[in-house]
Amino acid sequence: MLLIKNGRVLDPSSRTDAALDMLLDGERIAQVGANIAAEGVEIFDAKGLIVAPGFIDLHCHLREPGQEMSETIETGTRAAARGGFTAVCCMPNTLPVNDNASVTRGIVERAAAVASVRVWPIGAASVGSKGEALAEIAAMKDAGIVGVSDDGRPVASARLMRQVMDYCRALDLPVIDHCEDASLFAGGVMREGPTSMRLGLKGIPAESESICAGRDVEIAGLTGARLHIAHMSSLGALEYVRHAKKSGLHVTCEVTPHHFTLTDEDVRYDTNYKMNPPLASRADRDALIQGLADGSVDSIATDHAPHHPGSKDVEFDRAPFGITGFETALALGLSGLVHAGKISLMRMVELFTSGPARVLGKERKLAAGEPADVTIFSTEQAWTFRAADSPSKSRNTPFDGRSFRGAAMATIVGGRIVYRREAAARA
Amino acid sequence: MLQRLEHVLGIENLTREQITFILDQSKPFQEFQRHPLKKLATLRGKTVALAFFEPSTRTRISFATAAARLGADTMNLQAESSSLKKGESLLDTVRTLEAMRPDGIVIRHSSSGAPHFVAERLEVPVLNAGDGTHEHPTQALLDALTIRDRKGKLEGLNVAILGDILHSRVARSDIQLFGKFGARITLCGPAMWVPRELESLGPNIRREPRIERALDEADVIIVLRVQTERMHEPALAAEEFILGYQLTSERLRLARPEALVLHPGPMIRGLEIDPVVADGAQSCVLEQVTNGLAVRMALLYHLVGGAPVDAPHPAKERSNAAD
Amino acid sequence: MRVVEKRQLLSAEEIGRTLQRLAHEIVEKSGGTKDLALIGVRRRGVPLSQRLASIIRTSSSVNVPVGTLDITLYRDDLSTVAHQPVVQSNEIEFPVDDRDIVLVDDVLYTGRTVRAAMNGLFDLGRPRRIRLCVLIDRGHRELPVEATFVGSTIQTSDTEIVEVRLQEIDGEERVMLVDRIS
Repeated sequence: MLLIKNGRVLDPSSRTDAALDMLLDGERIAQVGANIAAEGVEIFDAKGLIVAPGFIDLHCHLREPGQEMSETIETGTRAAARGGFTAVCCMPNTLPVNDNASVTRGIVERAAAVASVRVWPIGAASVGSKGEALAEIAAMKDAGIVGVSDDGRPVASARLMRQVMDYCRALDLPVIDHCEDASLFAGGVMREGPTSMRLGLKGIPAESESICAGRDVEIAGLTGARLHIAHMSSLGALEYVRHAKKSGLHVTCEVTPHHFTLTDEDVRYDTNYKMNPPLASRADRDALIQGLADGSVDSIATDHAPHHPGSKDVEFDRAPFGITGFETALALGLSGLVHAGKISLMRMVELFTSGPARVLGKERKLAAGEPADVTIFSTEQAWTFRAADSPSKSRNTPFDGRSFRGAAMATIVGGRIVYRREAAARA
Repeated sequence: MLQRLEHVLGIENLTREQITFILDQSKPFQEFQRHPLKKLATLRGKTVALAFFEPSTRTRISFATAAARLGADTMNLQAESSSLKKGESLLDTVRTLEAMRPDGIVIRHSSSGAPHFVAERLEVPVLNAGDGTHEHPTQALLDALTIRDRKGKLEGLNVAILGDILHSRVARSDIQLFGKFGARITLCGPAMWVPRELESLGPNIRREPRIERALDEADVIIVLRVQTERMHEPALAAEEFILGYQLTSERLRLARPEALVLHPGPMIRGLEIDPVVADGAQSCVLEQVTNGLAVRMALLYHLVGGAPVDAPHPAKERSNAAD
Repeated sequence: MRVVEKRQLLSAEEIGRTLQRLAHEIVEKSGGTKDLALIGVRRRGVPLSQRLASIIRTSSSVNVPVGTLDITLYRDDLSTVAHQPVVQSNEIEFPVDDRDIVLVDDVLYTGRTVRAAMNGLFDLGRPRRIRLCVLIDRGHRELPVEATFVGSTIQTSDTEIVEVRLQEIDGEERVMLVDRIS
């Protein structure tokens, strides 16, 4: 039993924002109320802290099986816990690709043994994510996937995307697309614009994403499926999502912290600024922030993409795309969105909790009987992120050395404290 | 106080004063090319690594000659023969170079930013001999020297650049350099090769798809190569290009009477440039080659010679030494 | 570096008279001025060489060609200086081959400058003969170099510096012996 006292409970599902205590019993929440008294229980003093439902990351890469040099389920989830996440959805672009039940089961079992937080796998849409044949989606659903995606690449064929959407609608699984037009993308390494001109790096126009997003929205209209746009980075794609929502389609989207923080103007000859989709223009970033505020964007997701140091320490052209993101997501949300006055704290919590839960067809709330997944954080804690101290195996982040105001203080999964910021580290 | 040169990675980060200094310092080395005996001992005992990861004959020979005339030794690393072809990473090649302890590195590479990569990791002066589609600073410097010698100045010129600007590092370096001297720059080529964002590279840049208008009032015309290695995107049939963009004598007459014609070389006569123009009085291509040697000698002299940056500055005891 | 003046070695008038004498010596001891040429070593050797040529022209009606030599690239101490010194061009309009060259400099000290100047000359051609003319010889040679035409020989110590000031460069005309204070 664990009693969380003196905190400020923020629960978007019930719009609760009050000084309340919470009693956790085993894996469930036993009680939420004012001034709970209990004998002989562990007490967590959440004075000055926010007590929120456990954060969910809809999009990450844990690299296991097959790429354990860059990350494992164990190291990745430890980093996720440090970032305040209680559940993460790992993408299927592993080796082998998670396109069948036995790989899915392998991931689920491994997670049960070593993961610090809940791991909800996303299965591939097509065999090998090659974009040709439908994967064994129903079997993977039985094994535990919560959605499908060929992330890393788009489902390039409209016909296959339609088939995937039809199939997944019947299985009630969201289809998550990495929106990209291969011919416009063609060897590009950053967003096309004045900076790509200056640096002499091949540019990718925003239309590579928006054309594909528009297509996906049309097919979602055709099939009635649940479509989720992964790591949306452009105003163009956002407009399609808005239009889709207005038309009553089940279309959702996520934005990464780096896309609402940085722009293509920040890019330099440093592969920690190379990711896909690339950092976008100021207009895009501002539009995404507007979308986060007005509800057009449903979720923040990290797209945590670890790459072991050797693989990123090459020329910009040759480096793999991706940066890590678990541990900086909350802090960037607080500084870039809440402290900057763009969205309310409640809305930010929604983007980390009930928003992503809804995309998966789940609920995330703090009420008796719910799973005891809780994220306790401070909006004021000053700290400096040091990549070298991260439990992740990878160091590829543009935020190394950055100081923040606001941090996860404790992460509780199924009633167990899987991460707690040390008092000594509160400096 | 002129900021000391540590690396020359691009024109973008050089001030107007630094560029003027380099051009001024190239003059004695121009004169040097006329000496019967072209061998100094100035950089004797120093080694310059020539790391050419892209095929290049002219630039490599120019740098090798510059180093040799200064008395330096060279280490040759060519992509065809180096382990880079066998998949060794740039980082490993850099570490190998470091172990051989050169006093300077001249690098040409197909990835934009590769010289920066090397300069960040080694305590050795790095000279960019061309990186991807980013910059080719010594080309712009020798172009500037050529123009300054012929025109007497660099300020306020009308410079037209013809060809595939998008994929040209020479064009980018020229744009950076002439922009710093208040030039009005006109970019002219097939629209797919001259995107709008190029106008953001400087204060006074315009695009003009019609060559007749682009050449109007031009003081300097820089004709770019039609490349085969760094593919044009999309490829254009030769006849199409010649029709719209070849610099013919007739078109040259639309420019100012004393307009200069420059070309980074090698030229494909009859494609981007009419042979009559290439060999005509306004063509500066031969001077460009000589000036390339002078500029590279000046840069190697200033970057490679001298004690390491952190060596204690010797007190100038002998004030009766040459001053 | 702080210095204190110890004494004046040559006044403006004395410099003038010394140059007159040197000019005449050069003409007398050259066995004919047909192939004669003066080359001034940058910096102060330059105005000195030009003045000598002018005196020779006035007194003997002979036009001896004058050139300027920059020895920066030939110095032997470049690897110990942190910043490369600024280079300047030579200005020698006549061919050097078979010439009877007189190198002109203000002060002869260790001899290293002259060694560098000779190297520079050999890059330009093969003179028939090279001789040296200096305003002051202050001793302390480190190389086997001698001056044929010397204005004045003085004894100096290692801490002392001979400062030559010429109108064309310094706006005044005198030679002083100064001492360094540590």
